[in-house]
Amino acid sequence: MSTSVRSDSLVVSPWPVVGTLCSRELVRFFRQKNRVFGALGQPIIFWLLFSAGLGKARVEGSTNLDYAHFFPGTLVMILLFTAIFATISIIEDRREGFLQGVLVAPIPRWSMVLGKVLGGATIAMLQGIMFLALGGLASALGWYPVISTSAAGLLAALVLMFVVSLALTGLGFLIAWRMDSTQGFHAIMSVFLLPMWLLSGAFFPMDVGGLLGWIIRINPLTYGVAGLRHYLQNVDVPSTHLPSPAICWLVSVLFACVTLTACWWIAGKRTTGDLL
Amino acid sequence: MTTSPAVEIVHLAHRYGEREAIHDLSFSILEREIFAILGPNGSGKTTLFRVLSTLIPLQQGEVRILGRDLRREDFAIRGQLGVVFQSPSIDKKLTVMENVVHHGRLYGLGGRELRARADEMLARLGLADRRKELVEQLSGGLRRRVELATGMLHRPRLLLLDEPSTGLDPGARSDLWQYLEQVRDSDGVTVVLTTHLLEEAQRADRIAIMHQGQLSALNTPTALQASVGGDAITIRTNDAGSLAADIERTLGASTRIVDGSVRLEQTNGQDWIPRLVNAFPDRIESITLGKPTLEDVFIHFTGHRFWSEAPSDGETTKRGRKKKH
Repeated sequence: MSTSVRSDSLVVSPWPVVGTLCSRELVRFFRQKNRVFGALGQPIIFWLLFSAGLGKARVEGSTNLDYAHFFPGTLVMILLFTAIFATISIIEDRREGFLQGVLVAPIPRWSMVLGKVLGGATIAMLQGIMFLALGGLASALGWYPVISTSAAGLLAALVLMFVVSLALTGLGFLIAWRMDSTQGFHAIMSVFLLPMWLLSGAFFPMDVGGLLGWIIRINPLTYGVAGLRHYLQNVDVPSTHLPSPAICWLVSVLFACVTLTACWWIAGKRTTGDLL
Repeated sequence: MTTSPAVEIVHLAHRYGEREAIHDLSFSILEREIFAILGPNGSGKTTLFRVLSTLIPLQQGEVRILGRDLRREDFAIRGQLGVVFQSPSIDKKLTVMENVVHHGRLYGLGGRELRARADEMLARLGLADRRKELVEQLSGGLRRRVELATGMLHRPRLLLLDEPSTGLDPGARSDLWQYLEQVRDSDGVTVVLTTHLLEEAQRADRIAIMHQGQLSALNTPTALQASVGGDAITIRTNDAGSLAADIERTLGASTRIVDGSVRLEQTNGQDWIPRLVNAFPDRIESITLGKPTLEDVFIHFTGHRFWSEAPSDGETTKRGRKKKH
């Protein structure tokens, strides 16, 4: 048995901390099977229902609201739900006490934020890839052509998915950080996050006019959905009112940068409120 | 054995909005002692724990921990602290070993060193055969042991524990104290704990009694009990006020009224019982004589019974309030 006591000042490298907190998120996620099921099951059900129901109510001159139309949006919904549920866990971490152990460790706060966000984004990606595979299968079997893309297009879509996942996990972290109950988070989910998804071009087509059209244009998530439409469905830009891929990348990357910076800032402030 | 202070607190004050949780607190904790901060709920001890553990920022006053300034060098201090919270900071969805490993990485341990250290700590706390079990399947006592294993994993010089025996049965409580003594004796670690259990504080090397955010007394348990000045006599009566006044007038003994009873602290308490009973035969419902306990010490220094505090006037947290014993 060792009897020595460390007397030197401890130097902790932040990257293993990011890694360990990120892997904790993954382990916790896969140990809670209902989370895996819920985050993937609900969007698939929505996708099938929306497509089957609205596909028949085609409006003259408008986009065809079919399985292909709803596919990129559903993919973003999976990213959104998974990212959000992953960050809700920060509320549990705080309530159950895990967070206080992290807060008094000799680590920079950004490593805690990055560990949490990367963990959530990775889970979102895994679920998104499963849904992509489902879409690929549906297309390959000739059931419905929801994906038509090249290898390069698929790779671009995956990278964009990751950027969007980071942005959404960051957004979830921002909302959850100061919140003391998951009930509060559900309220935010209904009045803010779900409308944000509905008005991202995921549900309504991009070419609606008026106020709705403007809200869709200023919603940063719109550009993630549009980008995925480009890369997964080889959309011809001029005919569909979609923003160009360059704009999609720019807005999505900015969205991620802004939410992550805000997370780092809000978590870096050490206050009595850390305990809630 | 060195006697330089491990913790120096000078004019510490802390407020939550309007409410002052700690008021002008000053004392020192020596190296290699087990130091208990004793107080009822609302006495400010949990706030003090949070300040010392760097969980909340230092507002007013000076604190030096292991020779470093808490205000400026909190980062360096953190690496030398082992912190065991009242609500467990371990993850229930992870196994014992996963928790220990995660914790080690937060303190810069890794690779073979971390594995070896984790094995050593789990063996030391009798958790070696539990390493693959999920924490949520463990009893409260075993969870606390996992906490202790993680708290000591990175060889801290100061171990801070907030109400460590809450929720433990007497056997587990005794194990906890044996472990703390071992940590002090063989690892040379300073142990600082908060407690609201009088009998627990009795086992510490020194006790600081806190009351309403201030230090009421600080000494060894024996010295504190000796300071009460003899035996404690408690008289239950209908009208404590007039009886106390009459005792002071006729017998010349100083009294105090605590919770509707008259209390006297006298040497040779056994001689006082017949004198009191003979002097006031009709006015005494019952009379008890006892050696001073820490509760008597608390009453002696604060004029309050230990449990007569309104729990809401102090540090209430949304996490579970402690049960009164």
